[in-house]
Amino acid sequence: MSDVALGLASITKRFGRTAALQSASLSARRGTVHALLGENGAGKTTLMRIAFGMLRPDAGTIRVNGDIKSFASPSEAIANGIAMVHQHFTLVPAMTVTENVALGGRGLFRPRQARSDLLALARRTDFAIDPDARVQDLPAGAQQRVEILKALSHEPRVLILDEPTAILTPMEAQELLNRARELVNGGGTAILITHKLRDALQFADDITVLRRGATVWTGRANEATEDALVSAMLGSEHAPTESPGNKVSPRDRTAGGETVMALRDVSVRDTLGVDRLKAVSMEVRGGEIVGVAAVEGNGQHELLRVLAGRIAATSGMVELPSSVGFIPEDRQRDALIPGLSLRDNVALAGAGTRRGMMDWTPIGGRTRALLENYDVRARHENVHASTLSGGNQQKLVVGREIEWSHAALVAENPSRGLDIQASAAVKDRIIDARNSGAAVVIYSSDLDEITSLADRVVVVFAGKVTECVNDYESIGRAMLGATMK
Amino acid sequence: MTSGIEAFLEGVVRTATPLALAALGETVTERSGIINIGLEGSIIAGALGAVVGASHGGVWAGFIFGAICGLTVAAIFALVAVVLRADQIITGTAVTLLALGGTGTLYQLIYGSAGAALNTPTLNTTAIPFLSQIPIVGSALFAQPSITYVLYALIPAVSWWMYRTHAGLALRSMGENPAAAIAAGVRGKRVQFAAVLFGGALGGVSGATLVLAQAGTFVEGMSAGRGFIAIAIVVLGRWNPLGTVFAALIFGAASALQFYFQAIGTDLPYQLFLAFPYVLTLVALAATRGRVSAPAALGRQDLEVE
Amino acid sequence: MNQITAFIVDMLVHATPLIIAGLAVAIAFRAGIWNIGADGQFIAGATAAAWVGVSASAAIGWLALPLALVGGAIAGGIWAALAAWLRSRFGVLEVISTIMLNFIATYGASYLVRGPLQEPTHVFPQTSSIIGGAHMPILIGGTRLHWGFILALLLATVTWWVMKYSAIGFRIRASGMSPFAARSAGLINVPRVTSGAFIASGAIAGVAGAVEVCGVTFALYENISPGYGYTAIAVALLAGLNPLGVIGTGILFGALETAAGTMQRNAGIPATTASVIEAIVILAVIGIAQVRSRRSVSAT
Repeated sequence: MSDVALGLASITKRFGRTAALQSASLSARRGTVHALLGENGAGKTTLMRIAFGMLRPDAGTIRVNGDIKSFASPSEAIANGIAMVHQHFTLVPAMTVTENVALGGRGLFRPRQARSDLLALARRTDFAIDPDARVQDLPAGAQQRVEILKALSHEPRVLILDEPTAILTPMEAQELLNRARELVNGGGTAILITHKLRDALQFADDITVLRRGATVWTGRANEATEDALVSAMLGSEHAPTESPGNKVSPRDRTAGGETVMALRDVSVRDTLGVDRLKAVSMEVRGGEIVGVAAVEGNGQHELLRVLAGRIAATSGMVELPSSVGFIPEDRQRDALIPGLSLRDNVALAGAGTRRGMMDWTPIGGRTRALLENYDVRARHENVHASTLSGGNQQKLVVGREIEWSHAALVAENPSRGLDIQASAAVKDRIIDARNSGAAVVIYSSDLDEITSLADRVVVVFAGKVTECVNDYESIGRAMLGATMK
Repeated sequence: MTSGIEAFLEGVVRTATPLALAALGETVTERSGIINIGLEGSIIAGALGAVVGASHGGVWAGFIFGAICGLTVAAIFALVAVVLRADQIITGTAVTLLALGGTGTLYQLIYGSAGAALNTPTLNTTAIPFLSQIPIVGSALFAQPSITYVLYALIPAVSWWMYRTHAGLALRSMGENPAAAIAAGVRGKRVQFAAVLFGGALGGVSGATLVLAQAGTFVEGMSAGRGFIAIAIVVLGRWNPLGTVFAALIFGAASALQFYFQAIGTDLPYQLFLAFPYVLTLVALAATRGRVSAPAALGRQDLEVE
Repeated sequence: MNQITAFIVDMLVHATPLIIAGLAVAIAFRAGIWNIGADGQFIAGATAAAWVGVSASAAIGWLALPLALVGGAIAGGIWAALAAWLRSRFGVLEVISTIMLNFIATYGASYLVRGPLQEPTHVFPQTSSIIGGAHMPILIGGTRLHWGFILALLLATVTWWVMKYSAIGFRIRASGMSPFAARSAGLINVPRVTSGAFIASGAIAGVAGAVEVCGVTFALYENISPGYGYTAIAVALLAGLNPLGVIGTGILFGALETAAGTMQRNAGIPATTASVIEAIVILAVIGIAQVRSRRSVSAT
């Protein structure tokens, strides 16, 4: 039997004319944690989806324990001992934990039997879980545990974890990676997809680096240096010692500007009657970036939207400038209309209050200027927004919102899903807006992004907002509601 | 007035039977995340199929051929809406139009424009011993055409299948979160296709019931919006087989009132009674505040993972 | 008049209600509203126009015509507003509610022409004829072609212009394509915009009904609409929801219905075949669009 539990050789995958993977390879040895490292868009998830039977490769071979396999669907991969924990939860919110774990089986579904099987598995693996809870009622960390139990319930020999630490607090992430290590010690194999050097170096035995769909580096973690991995991830043309994503222009905090946005005792109750924000007071001054940190579902979603004037407060006082730029997390859904042209998408800002006619000629001119000034790569302003890459779409949104309101900007995970260059460009633009006097609020689920960008940090926990020292450790503790040291 | 009430209740169950059959099928379809507005088309196709089948092979051949016709219409819907993932509402509307027009055309081609006096065998009522003797409700529930008893058997069978098999679990997960279901190994499109076909077949049986247990003949457009009413019934029944049947009984009662009032003689215009079920549908939908407990992914066109 | 001219006239007469109702559907669909109720709104509009046309005094002369058309628009708008209200207030799917309202309108008209609005002899299920002042003037002498056709062309042009160049039109398109982005990025009051478009759609369908009464039937009959509202869906979709395109597809389906009528009389081919063809057109249009968009998605 081969020493390699999962071997992917020369995998090529094209989507239309775009090659997502070009002869990518990976060999995960039995009894190891293998990190698959690469920046966003490098093809990490695509490669693992092929290994899991969700996509079919155009060329290349998949070997499981040395035998060549071809999977037509995830169910076939599961039958071959492969399981995958996806980056975005693939749970059914309205169903119970038991039902979610049982999903994908055959024949009769015996709820009681399934429940006791799950409890046995949870005891064996030390993942505490309530089998009867509905997934929608569980916090993110518990949902992650359900995902993992679901994967483990098939008793996999290869466990693929796709960016497992992305939405967890630092402590939850630590716990999860420790569990993965325990599984590996039992003779299994874990593959950890990540874009974080720190995770790869800290937890993996082996590392494979993907860049633009090709394997560019592979080896033992203890033989890897941070520099070598960074230049492998970014290509030789940029081999900076500091990661460009963290480049911050010098802070210019002479005097805080005037208060631009202010909340006094603001509460927000959602349609289900749950209080998402509880008597929150905060202000944001011109020329500062306020970073917002929170674990998913603590009210930061509502806080950002109140600050952006996108939802009304249930009670309390809200003072905002006449227009606030807003960069929502889900740009495909909330910021852009993919089926409309770039010009139409630029016209969208302020469309709600426009009267009379659309001045298409000047709007077209403004759009062209915006494409130029914000480095949006598009053939012209009349192509559909859907034809742009994610990075260019985001640059368009950022440009539109900053141009629409020079006074205030609210951004929610503005660099999610972007490659390093686009991400840096977006952050630079946000910093420029701050430097020219705008009041900026930025939320990110990536703590590094907050610590590097923010002049001031607030943490949202259980609907309350507290000021926090701007360092990784303190923010991490505050996000869990721990008392400040 | 005991006999009057018994007759009324018997009418309630009789008119509710085809509605419940269609709604039961649509419940399964909708739990898979697909809303099939083309159900009306399956019902009318089932009605014509029943006439053709019954005239060649008797009543039960009529039901079987009716089911096949309903299933065929649903297959057209599934091809466009499930496989190609076109908009479900438009596809359903077109399929209804297709079936209403197609059955009209075929009927005239087969039986001539006069429609000819049809000699369609019909299903007699079968009284179940003892049970049908229960006062007031006995004859209403247990002295019905045997297709009603088929419905009685289908309700627990569908419930059991939906909640006690992995296939049922897969079906429900597709209606809630298709991406999750597919990632867990569920064959998404296959499940939805099958759910649409099942709904279409029951729609066909529903149409066959109109012909073989009620009208005794085919009339163009005789489905008269029952497919749409059945979709409203699914909402009222909260996407659950047993709830669906109770909701169907309410609509049966609305229709049966018409015969009841005609029997006792009233000056109210008959159009009022004809329009009553449709008005009731609107009121009932408003009362349940629309799609509160609808499957989360119902009607969604995209299927993220292939 | 030769046969070809006769056919063209008939085709345009048939096309008139289809173009107007097709515009109604196009506006609603553009706003993301599945208004399957153009048929009911058409009947409501026809009923109101007939009521105005019958009860108007001859003394008001030609004023009766615009009054009848406005009456049709108001009635159609109200009929759609019911569904719009049920949607915004109670979350009732407009697909279901508009279909229900179609049936209710059909039975309502049936009641009126056999009850309060029946012609004085109480023999036929129809209203009396509308007064001369409510008649649509004839466009080409000696034919049935009336000014309603010109009105249809005008409505199509105005609708096209509004959708393309006005802020309201832009709000409708944005709300229909992405209610989330319209609300979040455009700060558009999406429920108000879509409800407004829904009611406008109903009003236009009501005008279609009024034009049919004032230009063709001159009275309200039981089956005033042979499913115009459903054909209008095919008309609008085949035109790609483009108001100017609706003119072309409306004429095409007018030709189809005319031909179907002729074939029914001459060759015994059932007229219902026309709706089969309409349905196939709809399925083909959306099916092909879907296949195309998948190709373009996989190409990017």
